[in-house]
Amino acid sequence: MNPDFAIRAEGLTRRFGALTAVNRVTLAIPHGQIYGFLGPNGSGKSTTIRMLCGLLKPSAGEVSVLGHAVPREAEALRHKIGYMTQRFSLYEDLSVEENLRFMARIFSLPRSARDGRLDTTLRHYRLESLARRRVVNLSGGEKQRLALAAATLHNPPLLFLDEPTSAVDPQSRRDFWDNLFTLTATGTTILVSTHYMDEAERCHRLAILDRGRLVAEGPPRALMRDIAAVVLEIETPDPHRAGELLRAEPWVGSVAQLGTRLHALVARDAVQPLEAVRRRLAAAGIEARVEQTAANLEDVFVAATGFNRGDGAAGHG
Amino acid sequence: MGERLGRLAAIAVKEVRQLSRDRLSLGMIIGIPLLQILLFGYAINLDVRHLPAGVADMANTELSRELIADAQASQVVNIRTRVASVQALERLLRDGKIAVGIYIPPDFDRRVENARRPAAQLLVDGSDPTILGIAEGLTGLSLPSRYRPAFAAAPLFAVHDDYNPEHRSAVDIVPALIGVILNFTMVLFTAIAIVRERERGNLELLITTPVSTLELMSGKILPYIVIGLVQVTLVLLVGVWLFHVPLRGSLLNLYLASLLFIAAGLSLGLFVSTLARTQFQAVQLTVFTFLPSILLSGFMFPFDGMPRFARWLGELLPLTHFVRLVRGIVLRGASLADMPADIYALLAFFAVFMALAVLNFHKRLD
Ligand SMILES: Nc1ncnc2c1ncn2[C@@H]1O[C@H](COP(=O)(O)OP(=O)(O)OP(=O)(O)O)[C@@H](O)[C@H]1O
Ligand SMILES: [Mg+2]
Repeated sequence: MNPDFAIRAEGLTRRFGALTAVNRVTLAIPHGQIYGFLGPNGSGKSTTIRMLCGLLKPSAGEVSVLGHAVPREAEALRHKIGYMTQRFSLYEDLSVEENLRFMARIFSLPRSARDGRLDTTLRHYRLESLARRRVVNLSGGEKQRLALAAATLHNPPLLFLDEPTSAVDPQSRRDFWDNLFTLTATGTTILVSTHYMDEAERCHRLAILDRGRLVAEGPPRALMRDIAAVVLEIETPDPHRAGELLRAEPWVGSVAQLGTRLHALVARDAVQPLEAVRRRLAAAGIEARVEQTAANLEDVFVAATGFNRGDGAAGHG
Repeated sequence: MGERLGRLAAIAVKEVRQLSRDRLSLGMIIGIPLLQILLFGYAINLDVRHLPAGVADMANTELSRELIADAQASQVVNIRTRVASVQALERLLRDGKIAVGIYIPPDFDRRVENARRPAAQLLVDGSDPTILGIAEGLTGLSLPSRYRPAFAAAPLFAVHDDYNPEHRSAVDIVPALIGVILNFTMVLFTAIAIVRERERGNLELLITTPVSTLELMSGKILPYIVIGLVQVTLVLLVGVWLFHVPLRGSLLNLYLASLLFIAAGLSLGLFVSTLARTQFQAVQLTVFTFLPSILLSGFMFPFDGMPRFARWLGELLPLTHFVRLVRGIVLRGASLADMPADIYALLAFFAVFMALAVLNFHKRLD
């Protein structure tokens, strides 16, 4: 087993016909951490996860998961990974308990330990009162708890969670993440994909994917600190017109309106971005207070995905 | 080994559980065979009355008139038209105006005396098995007793039928029907059982678990073997009670042959499941395999009467071999040992398609 990393991927690529869904992605995911995949729809998160757990064959590249070359030695991994698919994939016409019992037998939990393990799992994921309920009748959050329970039933050292919290309310999401941290405390490595910024921020490390490419990678704080853009907050009575003016400038990366304020990303290499914005607005007769603020993860995301579109400058490496 | 069996059992138990909650599937398990045997059985056996008939009485003697009156009185036929020639009778038959034509030749009285020749002719459209059955009923009609000569051994009527020289009846159809029903349900159920998991996304999870392809497939088909045997029993019971099908051979042999055929059908179903992406495609593919089976197996048309190419194709179909086995066992009282070629054929079919299915099913999504 590779002592340093739970997962290594080198030049991982997957093509579907003319489309390159994952494009030369290189990853090194350490043990015992929560590693996030952040990316918009269609950016290749699911495709990457599927290649990492041996469900899809890469078009190019090398993958090693827990020391096994994938997909060649994928069968050796089966007992060591838990996988929560993006789309709910347990049986809707079975009850909660029947689903878990089924998974317990599929993973060959010893008969003597099965009942005990089932009880603790039901309790831990607050599923006791739902044990006999058919899965069709569960809410989104309950289904998600069941899916996580099923994926962790056999105590796998590595968990793949593909957008586990879509269709779940904020409180359930927080509970879910508490569960994830409990799991890492016992040494589990977790790879989780998401498009929620708040979740991405909770990961130990993060990879930002855009149209199949890895555009930024690192701990969230480092990503925010090292962002290749200056973040400006603009307070103005006419945010709409100010926004339109700024968007037309080539050196402005993106402008988002938040109520009466504007949140703008300006390329770091632009000369004195603060002054430039002030001058531009004053010239148009727009009254405004412009300040530089700290970047949040969304800014990192926008800088890494949006900025790269035009000039191809890499956000982070 | 224990782990393998455990996983296989887990799949099988889960399958049964799902099945027991799926009313439509449950209904189909019993409904399809019941419906088919009643439809097929009665279509052939049905005691239809008042069939439109025409008469060409060329003799017009007291004896011939008596015969016509008897036929009318039997209520099986309803004599509507009288014509003057056998050609006219054939024309009516061809145009669908009548279903049965009674032709009494001019020398009817003399023919009655003659033991070697039938006295009169029934013209029927034997392509319709119902009518053929009726015609066979009518041939049982005897001469009015006072005219019956002591030496008349020949039947009164000869059935003239160009379409179905084998004169098959429910007795012949019902045993083969076991095969037709299994052929359909076994392929369909297994194909759908696997494709459904793919369609609902269950498979994406299952293939990341330690379940092997063989365990998954075996676990999936195990419940259907039992279901297949239930269906055999059902058709057999109805066949014996309702249609008086004689069971001349051994019941054990019959079930063994059925088991073999079920295995063949399930392996084909598994193979279909590796080709189909949706349940709808699975149904289409099943029907696609079903039609040639019905047409070329000797169930519908006599096997020996088919063109060489069709027979060659028919030999490739498991139903052909099962129809031979089951007719042999049920109708002739043969034992499996008498028909090794058909057994080997079924075994070979099972082995080939099971292998194809396992090879064609990847534990991957692409
Ligand atoms: N089996 C497939 N055949 C063809 N194209 C595919 C297939 N699977 C994925 N794609 C395409 O590859 C691209 C990446 O898809 P993927 O599902 O990995 O994105 P994602 O980041 O998981 O998106 P989402 O957030 O919507 O789940 C998409 O454009 C998708 O249409
Ligand atoms: Mg996805």
